Amino acid sequence: MTDLTGYPRADGRKGIRNTVVVAYLVECAHFVASKIVTGFPDDDVQLIGFPGCFPNDYAANMMDRLCTHPNVGAVLFVSLGCESFDKVRASTAVSESGRPVKTLVIQKAGGTASTVEAGRDWVRGALGEIADIQRVPMGIDELIVGTVCGGSDGTSGISGNPAAGKAFDMLVQEGAACIFEETGELIGCEEIMADRAMTPELGQALRESVQKAERYYATLGYGSFAAGNAAGGLSTIEEKSLGAYVKSGDSPISGLIKPGDIPPRGGLYLMDVVPDGDVRFGFPNISDNAEIVEMIASGAHLSLFVTGRGSVVGSAISPVIKICANPETYRALSDDMDVNAGDIIEGVRSIEAVGQEIRDLVVATAAGAQTKSEAMGHREFILTYKSFAPIGPACLPAA
Amino acid sequence: MSGPFLLLHETDNVLVARQVAPEGLEVALEVGPVTLSRLIPLAHKIARHDIAEGAKILKYGMPIGVATQEIAAGEHVHVHNIRSDYTPTHALQDADGVSAGVAQ
Repeated sequence: MTDLTGYPRADGRKGIRNTVVVAYLVECAHFVASKIVTGFPDDDVQLIGFPGCFPNDYAANMMDRLCTHPNVGAVLFVSLGCESFDKVRASTAVSESGRPVKTLVIQKAGGTASTVEAGRDWVRGALGEIADIQRVPMGIDELIVGTVCGGSDGTSGISGNPAAGKAFDMLVQEGAACIFEETGELIGCEEIMADRAMTPELGQALRESVQKAERYYATLGYGSFAAGNAAGGLSTIEEKSLGAYVKSGDSPISGLIKPGDIPPRGGLYLMDVVPDGDVRFGFPNISDNAEIVEMIASGAHLSLFVTGRGSVVGSAISPVIKICANPETYRALSDDMDVNAGDIIEGVRSIEAVGQEIRDLVVATAAGAQTKSEAMGHREFILTYKSFAPIGPACLPAA
Repeated sequence: MSGPFLLLHETDNVLVARQVAPEGLEVALEVGPVTLSRLIPLAHKIARHDIAEGAKILKYGMPIGVATQEIAAGEHVHVHNIRSDYTPTHALQDADGVSAGVAQ
């Protein structure tokens, strides 16, 4: 049993990391921002950003949430100067959260070289400033944990996802907030899921979120189903869905949130990641990291990532625990995998035993242990255009 | 259930391979022994018993699609003989569902 501690933040939340984030506000500032970050190979300095030049409420909200995430200690914004992103508002939001913040505008700072130099100077100062923050005791009931699956195959649904579900059951029992997602991957599970909702109204909202996903994917022409899924033994979207659904475990569902909504208390939450309104901007999430970023924007301190075919990604801001469902994949990619749920397939360990290992690894990671992807320096990040309406009153019945 | 196939739920009409099952392997099903007519890769499904055209395919005790033709006990159950009740499965080059990418 680990005694958890966290970095206290002004909003009352606690972080399990103390990262300086360098955020580009348009693709045109990406290179300069990344040059600033590469100046700190041995420090916790990470790159995030939004590539688009056109304004978007979702992206602005996501950037606010990410830059004021409890794992973040300080923020440097890097702007080209003429993009639409409202950097003054973003900087104000970070400043009001009590974090050191600075905005550099390349067009005003003298170009690439001088912006990189000024950025590195500021980051150096910020690292010194936030190094003084003392960790304080933190409970498991203050943790938010997300789960995603990617590179799924037929083993994901019979080993990795059920084990992640067991870990979720244990964490929810201990008071943590756990988030599962991708309503497009729950098509066919809506009735079963609605039965688990804390209120009938929430059940209806869960059902409608899946129906929305179904309409959305029908408009796009096909669902969240890649060629590798079929090669791995999955035949239909609902088969993939049920395999994904089991990672939610057996707890009652406490609420339905959208990206950037922070669970108000412990419990199990479904994140609705499919945009509202007409189909715009293309696919809801163009890759696994887009889902992980949305979990983080909703406050996830870390994420569980179940993979069958074998993903190697990590994430900026919040560590990723990779659970390998397929024993053959585990043997091929063991340096990248934190948990071998393939043991379940081979009859070596039970779903419960692997679930316990995952739960213990969540606590150890929260206490400061690095995950495999984190130690190797994986800091993937992607944020694209979307649009959402706010959640309805039925979505958080206990709030 | 012993052997290379796993029954996930009592009401299921498919079994899941928990290891690669070679062509020609004799498998003891409840309905009697069958011989696999092809290699079944890890995590792929076979019919637990004869399945009629139009019947629901059950896995985890929950429906994953509908049989588009009669499927005999022990036969590979995949995109070539079942279809989704929801979004059609995206057309694949390897229509029988086994690609070179599957570890065998």
